[in-house]
Amino acid sequence: MTGNETFTIVAALIAIGGLGALFGGALSAASKKFAVQTDEREDAIIKILPGANCGGCGFQGCAAYAHAVVSGAAEVSLCTVGGAEIAQEIAEVMGVTAGDVRRIVAYVRCTGAADSERKYDYIGLEDCFSALNSIGGGPLECRFGCIGLGSCARACPYDAVTIESGVARVNRELCKGCSKCVTACPKRLITMMDYGAKSFVGCSSRSKGAVVRKLCGTGCLGDGLCAKNCPGGAISIVDNLAVIDYSKCDGCGKCAEKCIRNCIEFAPPVSRVNLLP
Amino acid sequence: MSFVSVISLALGAILIENFILVKFLGICPFLGVSKSQETAVGMGLAVTFVMGAASLVCWVIEALLLVPLGLEFARTVVYILVISSLVQFIEMFLRKAMPGLYLSLGIYLPLITTNCAVLGVALLNRQNGYNLLESVVYGVTGGLGFFVAIFIFAGVRERLELTADVPKAFEGFPIALVSAGLLSLAFMGFSGLKII
Repeated sequence: MTGNETFTIVAALIAIGGLGALFGGALSAASKKFAVQTDEREDAIIKILPGANCGGCGFQGCAAYAHAVVSGAAEVSLCTVGGAEIAQEIAEVMGVTAGDVRRIVAYVRCTGAADSERKYDYIGLEDCFSALNSIGGGPLECRFGCIGLGSCARACPYDAVTIESGVARVNRELCKGCSKCVTACPKRLITMMDYGAKSFVGCSSRSKGAVVRKLCGTGCLGDGLCAKNCPGGAISIVDNLAVIDYSKCDGCGKCAEKCIRNCIEFAPPVSRVNLLP
Repeated sequence: MSFVSVISLALGAILIENFILVKFLGICPFLGVSKSQETAVGMGLAVTFVMGAASLVCWVIEALLLVPLGLEFARTVVYILVISSLVQFIEMFLRKAMPGLYLSLGIYLPLITTNCAVLGVALLNRQNGYNLLESVVYGVTGGLGFFVAIFIFAGVRERLELTADVPKAFEGFPIALVSAGLLSLAFMGFSGLKII
């Protein structure tokens, strides 16, 4: 290496490094001069929040939610990821009481796909929207059922949704209630439920009983056996489908016992895989 | 440098060789922040300031540091360093002085850093061999050209939003792109305008 080249390299290092240091120093001076008085509580809340930026609270990320809380536009208990603990901590910062935080989790209202009738074998993009736009509105005979291609599972930031024997399944313990999967499902099969709920209708089919019987092993026939046997009168049949009124449900589990189709799940285990033969 | 040549340079940068509509530099904020005239004005002023200041600082650094040391090869890196520092500074200033504008500019404010019109003006100054005064004039007027273009375009889009009966398939972004093309065609008409 000649002396000239060495000089160029050293000069470049010093010049660009020096410029960087100069600008950095100027910027840090400017940041002091133009410092914005932000509410201390806002920074404190941002630190408390999980930082998942999932949007489950209805704001654009954790910082926006913290801003809304401090300005009084939002409740302290909206963070579904943090739940009661985080709400309590935010409430302490804000000097208010947190109140009750209802933990909500997602539930897939379909249990059937593994033994349901198929029109054809779908080979294509592993995406529910694409499959539903293909021939015949997707491979499943049942218009309402889960086709199990996992758009919801990919939408879940917490890996709480998995596909088990061809149908989506939410792990209630991992679910943080951000509702991302709800909008990811083109059939709108996923609903947000109270974490404390015990009985679930695992079917969304509004077809007549005879049709459902032909297409699916576990579909709701709408025969009303559960409704008749519910001691609290919490179940009604709407459009050939059992619907549970959770304000009346006391979680006795009678409905699941009486259901001849096994489509009502009572206190469902996190995973269903081991239950299947 | 005579007064006439300054005017000629300014007119050239604003109308004849408009950075957005003729040179097609800095399209990203042009399409992104042109939904309302208010934010368009803010963006236009911010870009004008950055372009003017970048021209000045880059010229000084070029003349005092890069040329004497033979470091012309590092020009792009150094220019980007200058521009990003300036943008950071503007961001701080706006956040303090105009929080409303700061919020409405959103992500496009830090994106001025990667606005090719800004780097473009600094490099063009060098390419055209402008002296200090010419560089600053070219930078500021180039920014004003950006301002004029984005302001007109925001007005067009506001009107489109309110009054035009746009076909369903063209609603929103497509019609914005079409009108940007028409505006660009209109500015091509200035190419016949030459002083001196």
